[in-house]
Amino acid sequence: MTASQRFLDLLEQHGYDFFTGVPCSLFDGVTRILDRNPKYGYVSAVREDSALGLAAGAYLGGRQPVVFMQNSGLGVSVNALVSLNQIYDIPALLVVSWRGRDGNDAPEHLIMGEMMEDFLRLLKIPYALFEPATLERDVDALTRTMRDTRKPVALVVPKGTLQQ
Amino acid sequence: MTRAEAVARVADAMPPDWLTIVCNGMIGRELYTHADAPSRFYMIGSMGLASSIGLGLAIVQPARTIVVLDGDGNVLMNMGALGSVAAASPANFFHVVFDNHAHGSTGDQCTISDRVPIEKVAAAAGYRRTMRAHSAGELDHTLTKFFRETGPAMLLVEVERGNKPGIGRVEPSPAELTARFRLSAIG
Repeated sequence: MTASQRFLDLLEQHGYDFFTGVPCSLFDGVTRILDRNPKYGYVSAVREDSALGLAAGAYLGGRQPVVFMQNSGLGVSVNALVSLNQIYDIPALLVVSWRGRDGNDAPEHLIMGEMMEDFLRLLKIPYALFEPATLERDVDALTRTMRDTRKPVALVVPKGTLQQ
Repeated sequence: MTRAEAVARVADAMPPDWLTIVCNGMIGRELYTHADAPSRFYMIGSMGLASSIGLGLAIVQPARTIVVLDGDGNVLMNMGALGSVAAASPANFFHVVFDNHAHGSTGDQCTISDRVPIEKVAAAAGYRRTMRAHSAGELDHTLTKFFRETGPAMLLVEVERGNKPGIGRVEPSPAELTARFRLSAIG
């Protein structure tokens, strides 16, 4: 079984049952599975803030959503996060890729890559780095925080973990 | 027809158990003042996202009727979402757009909907049905059938600019709106 399938199984074990987002090559393995398997009901969104809207609607209808996005999409998502999710107590797990980490990427990713952790802290979004060794514990802790606070939390996906 | 009058006419055609997402701006305040219900979710921020929220809800609650009350500025801000609605094609999704060609909450500055017919964009994207009501009489006539047929459907209602003086604000806090809406959606 691939790391991507194990990750999706782990999310389902933690109650996640609505999947939407915008793809990134860093989690291509996950999106391929979501695209091909109708059981996930994956909604391919047109923009990251629209994905947050879809997830909010799913939450209002009783689901526990996951939103996949590249970190460039965090920029698109700021207003939805602060004027929808955070003030309305609408949670979601954000799975955010980390393009531009360590300054080693295409130019358009370098600034967001450098500021992303500060950016998440500024937006008051608790996050963990995707590490295979601690993934189960981190998903468990993030999910508890998300349910307790009813606010978004994030799992940051570096290069090389979910591409297959 | 004023927008408040149009909102009231549409609201009177919606049973209170239908789940309604209302975009930010004056439309929500007008609906709240005319006929509030726990099944009505009023946005105060995240402009442009009402249709996305309504779509997520329509997908996970296929047995319920979902209505999105929107404005021209809101639809134009996230027009790609019309494509998402058309692609998912939920039969229970009904989109009502109050079009005054203006950003009503910020002082009636012009949008571009006088030159961009939003219901035609929705039709081209793949909404199953789209309609336009030019007057109160046309709106009443259209409402007798709009909600009865299969969605996704859009009804664009032409309304006058300007805001009703002294219109109330939505009283429950955003978090309270979420909690009561979820109770009415999930039970």
